[in-house]
Amino acid sequence: MQGLIDRLSALLSDGTVARVLGWKKGDMPYNPEPHMFETAESLKDFVYDGFCGANLSKMMIEASKLEGKTAVCLKPCDSYSFNQLIREHRVDRENAYIIGVGCRGKLDIDKARANGIKGIEEVSGTELDGPDSVSFKTIYGDKEMSYSDLLLGRCHVCKGKEHMIYDELWGESKDTADSERFDEVKALEAMSPAERFEFFKKELSKCIRCNACRNVCPACSCRKCAFDNNNFDSQQKANVDSFEEKMFHIIRAFHVAGRCTDCGECSRVCPEGIPLHLFNRKFIKDIDELYGEFQAGKDPEAQSPLTDYTFEDCEPGIVAERSNG
Amino acid sequence: MCNCGSHDSLVPQIGIITGITQETPDVKTFKVNAPDGGKLFEHMPGQCAMVCIPGVSEGMFSITSSPTNKEYQEFSIKKCGILTEQLHSLQVGDEVTVRGPYGNNFPVETEFKGKNLLFIAGGIGLAPLRSVINYCLDNRENYGRIDILYGSRSADDLVKLQEIQDVWMKAPNVNVYLTIDREQEGWDGHVGFVPTYLKEIGFSTDCIGIVCGPPIMIKFVLQGLKEMGFTDEQIYTTLELRMKCGIGKCGRCNIGSKFVCKDGPVFRFDQIDELPNEY
Amino acid sequence: MYKISLDNINSLFAAIAESKELFLPVKKAGQANYANWTEDCEVALDSLKTVKSPKDAFFPQFETLYKVNRKIIPTDASEEEGSETLVETKLRTKLEITPTELKDKDFVVFGMKSCDVKGIEALDKVFLTDPVDNFYKARREHGIIVALACHEPEESCFCTVFGVDPADPSKAKADVATWIVDGELYWKAISEKGEELTKSVASLLSDAADDAADAEISNITNIMTKLPNTKLSLEGWGEGKTDEKFNSEVWNELYKPCLGCGTCTFVCPTCQCYDIKDYSTKDGIQRYRCWDSCMYSDFTLMAGGQNRTSQVQRFRQRFMHKLVYFPDRYGMYSCVGCGRCVDKCPQSLNVVKVIKAFENEKKEAGANV
Repeated sequence: MQGLIDRLSALLSDGTVARVLGWKKGDMPYNPEPHMFETAESLKDFVYDGFCGANLSKMMIEASKLEGKTAVCLKPCDSYSFNQLIREHRVDRENAYIIGVGCRGKLDIDKARANGIKGIEEVSGTELDGPDSVSFKTIYGDKEMSYSDLLLGRCHVCKGKEHMIYDELWGESKDTADSERFDEVKALEAMSPAERFEFFKKELSKCIRCNACRNVCPACSCRKCAFDNNNFDSQQKANVDSFEEKMFHIIRAFHVAGRCTDCGECSRVCPEGIPLHLFNRKFIKDIDELYGEFQAGKDPEAQSPLTDYTFEDCEPGIVAERSNG
Repeated sequence: MCNCGSHDSLVPQIGIITGITQETPDVKTFKVNAPDGGKLFEHMPGQCAMVCIPGVSEGMFSITSSPTNKEYQEFSIKKCGILTEQLHSLQVGDEVTVRGPYGNNFPVETEFKGKNLLFIAGGIGLAPLRSVINYCLDNRENYGRIDILYGSRSADDLVKLQEIQDVWMKAPNVNVYLTIDREQEGWDGHVGFVPTYLKEIGFSTDCIGIVCGPPIMIKFVLQGLKEMGFTDEQIYTTLELRMKCGIGKCGRCNIGSKFVCKDGPVFRFDQIDELPNEY
Repeated sequence: MYKISLDNINSLFAAIAESKELFLPVKKAGQANYANWTEDCEVALDSLKTVKSPKDAFFPQFETLYKVNRKIIPTDASEEEGSETLVETKLRTKLEITPTELKDKDFVVFGMKSCDVKGIEALDKVFLTDPVDNFYKARREHGIIVALACHEPEESCFCTVFGVDPADPSKAKADVATWIVDGELYWKAISEKGEELTKSVASLLSDAADDAADAEISNITNIMTKLPNTKLSLEGWGEGKTDEKFNSEVWNELYKPCLGCGTCTFVCPTCQCYDIKDYSTKDGIQRYRCWDSCMYSDFTLMAGGQNRTSQVQRFRQRFMHKLVYFPDRYGMYSCVGCGRCVDKCPQSLNVVKVIKAFENEKKEAGANV
């Protein structure tokens, strides 16, 4: 990590960039926060470890409006989001200096908690070149978990160790995929409609309407969200267990379809642990099947299946055919 | 304190519109009564109420009639948004819901008593002050000289002009100064912005200043009054922020630890100075 | 002091639920939240912190305040000054308001932690201050709180900073205090309501000595001293600190990662901001109240553009409200140190980091002198 700090510090000192968007050490061993570093001196608080899961791409929308370049640390999967934002003209490529940081998967502290780990004082083994197991020093005794058991759900279907866009790279990456990307979707498709409805009803009934999923989502970059319209004659702010509540997530999934890179931030931030990525991933699978394989954010120049028309496109009747099949 | 129905301060009463006056092209004054006649509640000058068209929206409006009016309450409402547009489409006999009265009031029974009063209003800003002016006129013996400086964009935008001419101008020891922003055919009165006219007239500081109008007018009137020697302690105004509950609980309209809906809307300028700069 | 074996706890729940609604931590789709007890629910008394606080029991996230029926009726023609061309002007809108019934049955909130009970004290300050919120008041009158000691508190806990005792719920403003030790639930009534509840389930309880609970109290008290955030200092916060804190530069740095979502406000036991809205249904218009968040961009927005239009202003508002404005107004902090925001903020911002940032600023300022 010191190598990275030194490099960022040099970029600041030689005037290549005016600021660095990275992560700042938290007050606990597992809660670093996204942070804008303006001086080389302030980089003493910079951190990059297994808990730096936050995707910084979206913060570049605001950062690219600032004077001078911003160096931003992007993990391989974050680089897809950044590319997609370039395509949507939401970030300015010229104002970004992208450090493609290595990644061996990011960690989910809730996985440790679910494993009974609490009263955490120290955590070690989370650095990029760290060991395969993570050690926890807690007031209730020392615990250990394997790095892979602590991974965020999204890392088990890692899109690969390649950065889609960068100015320079730092650190080794590892493809952490150990299950098929569409397995969870296939399991949903295998359910009867009633089972599937029950599944989503149960999950979505936990929604507290905090909007964290929307606000963190790099594809949700509208200046004013339709759901923030106070003149809606709907219960959009209430968490009533009704059709309206579910519509929020379904409408959002439709809105980001074809643009969602499957970065998994929605599921990472949900305070109720709702697997929101499943909606988006179902769309991705359908798009792949109907229009040919497509990965949003892979190539900012590529045609997007839902906004470009070709003679080969399927007819709307496909919906009926598929639901009968 | 709150005499707004028994069930809860959040459950309104039904009010029936018993009269509508088109004051200006975009201001109407609505008379409101309880469905079986009589007033909805008793209030003090400066207090507000939440008026609502169910299914549309609810908004806080100052009660423009004086408490000395024993028959009804009045609201002068300017058309400037979805709710006010819908209110303007209502007719005599239609019902709305009303909650209140909310907030504090001008200290007509304490600090104002026995004093000379200088009212300075711009446009629809007359609405809250009209309640105070009529209260003072109906208890004329309790107050000294009353000066009223009222301005608007044009002669057509002067709210309650009839009442100003027929009642206020004829009342004892009351001076009314009217002004409009731009020259207009048929207007032989003063032309110019309120703050400028204020300085031209040059009121003495032996009175209490009560200011209400658009923020920009308030800003320059305040400057003018200070140049004339007024202190913050002798100037009052009303503040307005987004409100939902009206009772200091929903958390919207606070400035620092004060809620405009409950601790306001009436503030003395020295009190405003103490608040964090967030309004 | 009484006790009941955890093996038998379901019969206790069933006995309470026979005559009262029972609200307690229930696990659903992997997360523990307060919910109504049913025979087949997965009770999660061992969850230290539910995702949402139990404030829903007294101040639900969503409630209908009243219904309005709107009737368009023709008015008596004699009232009109007779033009027949304006037929539509003779239609008038008449309203009928049906308020929602206030809570009139007793209910039990089981397993509340001392911090969450303290959170209700903060809500009381707001809702029971004149003019009283009768919807809330009715729930407070009918709610019976069974508080539970915090077995094995976690690193995000810092309730002791706000004078909460997580070890001894009998010090909280609850009705019954309980402890879970070695498979037994120890039970002590601490109010009249608590005594009555105890009587109603007495056949399931057996007498117990105080030692087990006493040992648990000293055990928890000891653990609390080891937790990092319990050493937090509130010096410089509280009544009368508006100018000093409001104008600090610290906010301008601190707020930056804030997403402007409502997670912190919705998991918080003391946040009480709400919205009031109308919802048209086929049986009339529902006036409802729901939680709102001062973090949301439309919270204070007016047609004229005022006020708190930037996220830094909204971020500052939330913490100033908890740590300065609320103490100014009600004489207590509006934070109880439950640590939910510490656990749940998507960007790892929280009240602890805010307090620490100001501490650091003070230290740095001191070092520069």
